[in-house]
Amino acid sequence: MDTASYRLEWRELALWRGDRCLQQSLTGRLEAGQALTVRGPNGCGKTTLLRTLCGLSQPETGEILWQGVAVHRNRPDFYAHLAYAGHTNGLKGDLSTRENLRFAAILRGRHTNQNELLHGLRLTACADLPTRNLSAGQKRRAALARVLGSGAQLWVLDEPFTNLDAAGIEWLGKRFNHHLSLGGLLMIAAHQASQVEPDRETILELPGGDT
Amino acid sequence: MISAFLLVLRRELTVAVRRWSDLVMPLMFFIIVCTLFPLAVGQDIEMLNNIGPGAIWVAALLATLLSLNSLFRDDFEDGTLEQLALDKEPLSFMLLAKTIAHWLVTELPLVVLSPVLVLAFGMPVDAIPGLVLTLLAGTPALSLIGSVGAALTAGLRQASGLLALLLLPLTVPVLIFGARAADLAASGQSIAGPLYLLGGISVLALTLAPFATAAAVRVSLD
Amino acid sequence: MWTWFHKLASPPHFYRTATVLEPWLFWPALILLGIGLYGGLIVAPADYMQGDGYRIIYVHVPSSYLSMFSYVTMAVASAIGLIWRMKLAFCVAVACAPIGAAFTFLSLVTGAIWGQPMWGTWWVWDPRLTSQLILFFLYLGYMFLRQALAETRQADRASGVLAVVGVVNIPIIHFSVEWWNSLHQPASLSKLEAPSIAADMLWPLLVMILAYQLLMLALLMTGIRAQVLEREKNARWVGELIGREGRGA
Repeated sequence: MDTASYRLEWRELALWRGDRCLQQSLTGRLEAGQALTVRGPNGCGKTTLLRTLCGLSQPETGEILWQGVAVHRNRPDFYAHLAYAGHTNGLKGDLSTRENLRFAAILRGRHTNQNELLHGLRLTACADLPTRNLSAGQKRRAALARVLGSGAQLWVLDEPFTNLDAAGIEWLGKRFNHHLSLGGLLMIAAHQASQVEPDRETILELPGGDT
Repeated sequence: MISAFLLVLRRELTVAVRRWSDLVMPLMFFIIVCTLFPLAVGQDIEMLNNIGPGAIWVAALLATLLSLNSLFRDDFEDGTLEQLALDKEPLSFMLLAKTIAHWLVTELPLVVLSPVLVLAFGMPVDAIPGLVLTLLAGTPALSLIGSVGAALTAGLRQASGLLALLLLPLTVPVLIFGARAADLAASGQSIAGPLYLLGGISVLALTLAPFATAAAVRVSLD
Repeated sequence: MWTWFHKLASPPHFYRTATVLEPWLFWPALILLGIGLYGGLIVAPADYMQGDGYRIIYVHVPSSYLSMFSYVTMAVASAIGLIWRMKLAFCVAVACAPIGAAFTFLSLVTGAIWGQPMWGTWWVWDPRLTSQLILFFLYLGYMFLRQALAETRQADRASGVLAVVGVVNIPIIHFSVEWWNSLHQPASLSKLEAPSIAADMLWPLLVMILAYQLLMLALLMTGIRAQVLEREKNARWVGELIGREGRGA
């Protein structure tokens, strides 16, 4: 990973779902080596915030800047540094884990060795099965493997710990800290503790949506 | 950009081959609709001869419509569509690869199968090359225009009726020129005029539709 | 220029502008409609071939024209909304749809009524009528797509893409239908291509077209106001507006 320091900023974001205003005036920034954990009750807009920051959803108002440039004006540069895993795993059910990961890696122009990742996520045994036959936890780990092996500077993960067992959570926490120590950026939405070293972590507590 | 295009194309074809039963469905539909015409209008060979070219084109259009339903919906539901939208390569290019894969696995088999139906409608054997040419020139436009509609309805369940309402008016020109060219071919005349028009529509769709599809996918993901 | 643009882009200002314009469009439309109908139904002479049957053009032609005009307006407004992310442009586009669909329907019905004395049947696959029918389906597609998408913002953008795709397609559809017709009905009598139309018949037609145009714009203003209110229903200025009007009544 290169040492250039990256930053993501957002200013005065307002998030709406239909007629309902979820959040207003969200301003913040995330710099190299930092993690942001988004918390809050169900329906407060955690997922919407992450999707908006990735440029998948448009904010009602406000702007999002990657390296000081508006994200929607500079998709190729922003997306070259972004890896996202949402609620859906982004895996083709008819392809095996290995094939899915290879597709994602080649698309990013990388030819990394997947075996170490697959081993760490304990996916080696089922790496050649179609992902439709995997358990929910295995699918989740395969989706995480895609992000972890992406080489991207900014990881955005929506509920990464869902369906993981205790060992998996601990292993993932180590990977997070390793990523941050290399100057990476991390943003997660989670109900659990994020496993990130406290001095690197900022917690964004979103107020409840139902008013 | 080219390698991303080829990569998506290859993945789509791999998935399509592994789900071959989904591929057969539009093809079966195509044949069954064509069989319905003689059953409905009677076996008068002259009548079948007359309606044959039009019937084959209508059946091809309906079969395409059936197959378009799932063009983006599966990818929308399993999250691979949003992964494409988050890639540094242009989304329109990768969606074009998907659309071309769709053409290769659903439209091309229809084209290959159409000679059998020419015979079933009692049309002369000489009509076969002409009909195949019109289908080759016109079906890319169906896939491309269809991809816009499929992208707009990707996030909706039970959208097949809506998809038909959105797409059938837009595909009227393809149907008109295609059926007319097939008709000319059946009566042994030159099909050059409508064939060029069909090709023109396909080229126009090729240049414009991917951008509309990409815009529609981004809206559906929002 | 930019201040004007920004002012127009603010919902309350937009709403007020539409409110002010509405009567200035509506009453002239009504007056012109009266003049046009008087001219068309009473002053204009009967046609030597079609008798009095031709008089339906005074409704049919303006409706057909406005069915197209509304679609183009809808597509242009949608394109502005999509490109500059202007939410108010979508208000215009959405307001256009039912108006345009109504004019298209009117054009189809009057075309069918006209067909009865001219051809002896209610429906002929005349190229103009066929194009109108397809246009009607395009409008229905637009409205049903909006219906299917629950979220306003998503519905705006999705239906906007559809409108733009539709407007690119309309000339191709027209051309293909004309072409198709020329093959199947070589001797078709096209209704609008009367070689020379008497001045007595022409001026009421022009007045009617103008009247319809103004009427359409007046209806558009009403539609826009409804859209703006619907979307801004939680905004303070709407509350104040309703309060004031409530007291006034």
